[in-house]
Amino acid sequence: MELGPYLLFASLEGLVHAAVLSLIALGLSLVFGVMRIVNVAHGEFFMLGAIITWWVSSFVSGNPAIGFLLALLVVPIIVGMTAVLSDWLILRHLKYDPEATIIATIGILYIIQQFALMTFGPDAKPVEQPFNIRLDLYWFGFSAYKFFVIFSAIILLLAIWLVMSKTKFGLILRATQLDSETAQAFGIPISRVYNIVFGLGAAIAAVGAVLIVPIQQAHYLMGGEPLLLAFIVVIIGGLGSLKGTVAAAILIGMSDGIISVFFSPNIAKILATLLVVVVLIIKPNGLFGTTKT
Amino acid sequence: MKKNSKSNLSRRKLMKSIAAVGSISAMPGFVNYSQASSSAPIRIGFQVHRTGIGAAYGRWYDRTTQAAVKIINDSGGINGRPLEIISEDDGTDPKRGAEALEKFANQHNCDVAFGTLFSHVVIGSAPRAGELKLPYFVVSEGHHVASGMLNRYTLQPGITDVKSQVQAMAPFVKDNLGKKVTMVYPDFAFGHDHRDYFSAAFESQGGEIIAKVPIPPTESSFSKYFPKIPRDTEVLYHVMVGPAVLTFVKELGEFYGSKGPKLFGFIDSVEAVDLNTPGLEFLDGSYFWEGNPRYAQDNQTVHDQFYRTAVGVDKNGASVSDPKDVSTYAHMFGCWETLHIIKKGMEVSGYSDVKDRSKLIEAVESMNNMPLSQAHPQGAKIFNGKTHQTFGHQYITKMTNGKLVLAHTTSIEDTFYPDEVDYTKQSF
Amino acid sequence: MRKDIILHLSALLFLFLLEILGIFSEYHQGNFARILVLAAYGVGYNILFGYTGLLSLGHALFFSAGLYASGLSIYHLDYNIEQSLFLAICISALISLIIGFLALRTIGVSFMIVTLMFSQIAYLSILYFGSITRGDEGFVIQQSSRVFLSMDLSNPKIRYYSALLIFSLCMLINLWIAKSPFGRVLVAIRENSDRALMLGYNVKLYKLFSIIISGTISGLAGACYGILFGYVGASFAAVSYSIFPLLWVLIGGAGTVLGPLIGAIFMFYLIDYASDITDAYMIIVGVALLFVTLFARRGIIGELRFRYYKWIS
Repeated sequence: MELGPYLLFASLEGLVHAAVLSLIALGLSLVFGVMRIVNVAHGEFFMLGAIITWWVSSFVSGNPAIGFLLALLVVPIIVGMTAVLSDWLILRHLKYDPEATIIATIGILYIIQQFALMTFGPDAKPVEQPFNIRLDLYWFGFSAYKFFVIFSAIILLLAIWLVMSKTKFGLILRATQLDSETAQAFGIPISRVYNIVFGLGAAIAAVGAVLIVPIQQAHYLMGGEPLLLAFIVVIIGGLGSLKGTVAAAILIGMSDGIISVFFSPNIAKILATLLVVVVLIIKPNGLFGTTKT
Repeated sequence: MKKNSKSNLSRRKLMKSIAAVGSISAMPGFVNYSQASSSAPIRIGFQVHRTGIGAAYGRWYDRTTQAAVKIINDSGGINGRPLEIISEDDGTDPKRGAEALEKFANQHNCDVAFGTLFSHVVIGSAPRAGELKLPYFVVSEGHHVASGMLNRYTLQPGITDVKSQVQAMAPFVKDNLGKKVTMVYPDFAFGHDHRDYFSAAFESQGGEIIAKVPIPPTESSFSKYFPKIPRDTEVLYHVMVGPAVLTFVKELGEFYGSKGPKLFGFIDSVEAVDLNTPGLEFLDGSYFWEGNPRYAQDNQTVHDQFYRTAVGVDKNGASVSDPKDVSTYAHMFGCWETLHIIKKGMEVSGYSDVKDRSKLIEAVESMNNMPLSQAHPQGAKIFNGKTHQTFGHQYITKMTNGKLVLAHTTSIEDTFYPDEVDYTKQSF
Repeated sequence: MRKDIILHLSALLFLFLLEILGIFSEYHQGNFARILVLAAYGVGYNILFGYTGLLSLGHALFFSAGLYASGLSIYHLDYNIEQSLFLAICISALISLIIGFLALRTIGVSFMIVTLMFSQIAYLSILYFGSITRGDEGFVIQQSSRVFLSMDLSNPKIRYYSALLIFSLCMLINLWIAKSPFGRVLVAIRENSDRALMLGYNVKLYKLFSIIISGTISGLAGACYGILFGYVGASFAAVSYSIFPLLWVLIGGAGTVLGPLIGAIFMFYLIDYASDITDAYMIIVGVALLFVTLFARRGIIGELRFRYYKWIS
């Protein structure tokens, strides 16, 4: 393909990738920032979102758009509740000790993944696109649904930004993120906030899953790769920064598309991973600045 | 996936009986019981992809195996002894595959092991089979058996290998589709066999491979690779495996619509995929290699009819109980045929227990012609005892009105190539 | 002190007697050979995590460094076992030095993520250089290459003894470290690195030594795994092989000499048993991880030491 159309194609593909990735990474970053814990099970909440979408859409017959809209409504709630429950049952009792939390979320990762294997089964299962329109862009075709994914992600990101910056809830989150002890002294119920944030982080990832399933199919092993990419995005974008996360997601999403084609997909991943290592080593005090580790 | 046929002693039951015998220290006395009586079942360890990226193949390999066992047992078993399948998940992972063989040989005291498709699992498991001196019948398509990489205990008598398949495809592609080919294939052993042997065969026919596009087997989105396919490609040769194959073909259709190059694919790209899924309409008119035609053809043999019914597959290649559950029809016949070959080998060699394992291998090695029959519903085969590899007819079908219709059948001779190894010279 | 040494030596003697008295069935003999090599890997992990208090999520990097160093040198360069083992030890020591030097610039959660990322880079590189490493499918070390001092290492008996020998070696190094002033400094760093620093210890240097010892033992275990079981593949470099040693050590008891062995035996048979009941047997790993973090932070040996036998190392 000629360079011009090729760049257009790679940018479009990269934007779809970046749209979903920024949602997943944003969920991770929220939990990372406010609760100061690493949620290794984040990718599995994404996967859970995908398989529940499949269930919802196979439950609803008729126009696939109805099932899709229903999923968009129901799936984040179910996934969010699951996360709230696991925080309430497990993480709360560990007092969010960084080491114990990482180990426990690895445990949650395996439990969710294997639970999916038991109930959903080992096969990849497709979900029909809510509308099946192929746009012919002369040099190549592109699915209209993919534009819809980009568009929805932008709307969602704007909504999240509004909530974070303009509402009282957002203020509470920012206060907790800045200094949880002082926030507590001012009467913010920290443990409730943590509980909600953990659920919210998973729910945002689940929205990403609902959007991507009509393109990529649901599979019980699909949580691993987005988790690593989300880590990369969050670390490169800077912790707790919405703009940074989105910018990093676009960078990673685009470069994956472009480097994969010119060189090899593994090289794209190796480079991104190396970049993370460099960022972390240059900031030797750790992700959480100088406050604590 | 739990089966209740009486021929299939479930592993759980077996575990319970082991538990009943007691602790580790009590086990040596237990090991030999199956040899105590001549009517004891013949135990076949079945290595199966129940989980991991090969699960769709595993499910249908399992169904085919159970069906074949039922047929064999209903007609008197092997030397009057019933067959018993002991299955073990390999997780589509080479390390677990090797451990499964250990369980078969040492814990379940199996007579032989069989199964499994993905080449890395076979390559990881075969050395253990050699060390355990456990005959290991694989149904994997890979060229690794005939390449001489494995050992005397590993055989592939029930399914042809990639090298012979692609070699037989090359003339058809050149004569009917075009001379400039771009290949898209998974970036591991199976795909490399395609890359190396198809390009060699195609170039010797006077064709040209203008680009090669490898894709990692764990990839879940494919569009970004398609710009690598040159504009002047006349034929796109595609082969893909893994859980994301449907995404692969859908995105291919999205990218090209009806304007793309002619398509020649290995059915692997759409194996276990319903061809009437929305978005796959662009495949109409494209050609596929099939090990065994998924749709019942007009000239269907009575043997295919029998086999299809026994396994529970309808004339469209889907499960009779669920038309959405499409089989891996192009590959799974290998399990049926392999079990029949084990049966014949055991009968010819007068197999009675594990000390006759080498006699069994010699008996299979001396097999040659396998005519079309109930035991070989896919077609006649010629087995090469030296390379442990079978050779057979290949089918090319054309997607016509949502069905795959037979367009060409190759001769067995089309698939021959010079021997690369003589396993019979290796000692047991 | 003496009771302690007698306990550990008799554990090794017990493992030796199990074999020499023919108590094992073939199946369990094979399992225990695997477990012993994996437990040696656990011992390596424990030195960094249990004694020095550094949680690595990337030890599969060291394990696979040894595995591939020995495997590739046998496969491509026709090295014999001695040469390949020597090479594996050198390479894993060198890699531990480099990774340690870089990763120790970070602490806490960053350290965990950096190690995870390094190991991910190693995994992807194995796939990328597929023409040398044979990527996902891996390669076989032929039986004919697996001969050491004219002993066939694929013979089950010899394999068991070799595995026991490797494990004993690693365990005794661990025991020696635990008893030595060096080991006590590591524990001091684990308990309170600021205080150790104020007492005048070069904390970073101690941590670096700890990573080198830990990585080299893990690499040695990896090399032996490939040589004894004849297969080298990328799945050993995947994330799950970084999680397993963490799990063994947590279950057996972090900072105890016998912990990794107990944890490895326990988990191996638990997974083996679970896989007969369900395809989703890895759920056991998840449940076990939650159980130890919620209810049994000290692990089996750690709990015994805490409650009854204060003298156990």
